[in-house]
Amino acid sequence: MEFSFIPILLSLKVAIASVLIVSCLSIPIAGHMAKREFLGKDVVESIITLPLVLPPSVIGFMLLYVFGKNGPLGKLLESMFHIRVVFTLWGAVLAAVVVAFPLMYQSVKAAIESVDPNLEKAARTLGAGEFKVFLTITLPLAWNGVIAGFVLAFARSLGEFGATLMIAGNIPGKTQTMPLAIYFYSEAGMTWEATILVSIMTVFSFLVIYGLNRWGKGSKRRAKRGSLDD
Amino acid sequence: MKKRLWFSWLVLLSLLLILSGCGTGNTTGSSKSNAQVQPQEIIVSAAASLQDSLTELEQTYRQRNPGVKLTFNFDASGTLQKQIEQGAPVDLFISAGKSQVDALNQKNLLVKDSEINLLGNDLVLVVGKDNTDVKTIQDLTQASVQKISIGTPESVPAGKYAQESLIKLQLWDTLQPKFVFAKDVTQVLNYVEMGNAEAGLVYKSDVQGSTKVTVVATVPADSHQAIVYPAGVVAATKNKQVAEDFLKYLQSPEAQQVFVKHGFSILE
Repeated sequence: MEFSFIPILLSLKVAIASVLIVSCLSIPIAGHMAKREFLGKDVVESIITLPLVLPPSVIGFMLLYVFGKNGPLGKLLESMFHIRVVFTLWGAVLAAVVVAFPLMYQSVKAAIESVDPNLEKAARTLGAGEFKVFLTITLPLAWNGVIAGFVLAFARSLGEFGATLMIAGNIPGKTQTMPLAIYFYSEAGMTWEATILVSIMTVFSFLVIYGLNRWGKGSKRRAKRGSLDD
Repeated sequence: MKKRLWFSWLVLLSLLLILSGCGTGNTTGSSKSNAQVQPQEIIVSAAASLQDSLTELEQTYRQRNPGVKLTFNFDASGTLQKQIEQGAPVDLFISAGKSQVDALNQKNLLVKDSEINLLGNDLVLVVGKDNTDVKTIQDLTQASVQKISIGTPESVPAGKYAQESLIKLQLWDTLQPKFVFAKDVTQVLNYVEMGNAEAGLVYKSDVQGSTKVTVVATVPADSHQAIVYPAGVVAATKNKQVAEDFLKYLQSPEAQQVFVKHGFSILE
């Protein structure tokens, strides 16, 4: 095993893909769950939140079982779309999405629920349809929660290890993300190499989270200013 | 109001301290009164591949020595080595590779001259039960074999032997794109059992319990360094005698037969 910067590239790819997918899924789903009641809602919510409590290796095992060569979804994806998830970077993305989704979902949902319903009702009386209300009133006011969820999802995706190792495997240059590389360098006694990656990861994560939080603060100030101007 | 809050925190803190004190207090209290019947306990860190055989041997040993408690810690040899280096309270170390034991010897973490080679093993090629394509190691180059799993060579001894033999057989470079490196041999077996890897290289002893894989070939012993399982007593042990006694038991003909039953080989 030689030291390589490729794990950093792979981790970035996985984390970015993961947060994009998680954002696209969590915002509409959270919006729906915050506004509507339906039979079995609590059950659905519990299932969605499950990855938060399960150990990553258990999640990895379940993903492997479902998406593996002989698994139900694995066979489907293979036969219909010729997509293989196991031992590919997409497996890593899948693992990251599963573990990061509940984090962003919770944050966005809480933010949406805290939006003053009167403002939404006012928009409706002015003729806005549900979708327009969500897009122009609810979501902008919930933006802080969205940013916070985004940061959490990104951080979680970047650091995902247990599930990634099981379903994506350790293939240096292809699926060996930063956390995997750090683990295997450390196991191989390559402490110096492991430390380099750890430092890069720490600095990078710090910058991203700091930057995102500052951006969030900026939009908060703008929102406050908006309401004061009335 | 502030005073009450401060007071509540103080009560909580004192409760926590008392509780943590209680934990350690109980053990020293009971050991003083049960000085004669105190169970001697040793922690044995052993390579993952030894789990089944050692669990079986533990039963027999405990029946013969009722005052002894054995706690096993099974993991990849590299991880176990790291734990001992960081001061984990291990009494006996049984590794699946020489390099881990050598590394500990260099740091004087093992009792001098306590190291012995306990067992041998064979490296075998396994495939899924339904696989009929792969019959020899050369068959690994076929297109139907998309993924081959082996232990990560730098940290898993079985992986290192696999790498050595594949290099010797001049297949390493050709097969490079197919490799998936696992964290330990159990994971390798898992990948092959579930069909995610078409083939894997594991120890003969690992296949014993499995019904979902078939052994198609044994890797020639001369294509890699001799597979030995060295064992040694950890220098920082508080129970040297029990550790040495158990190690001696593991070398007895009776224990060795149990190992053979699980797929290991006896060293001359």
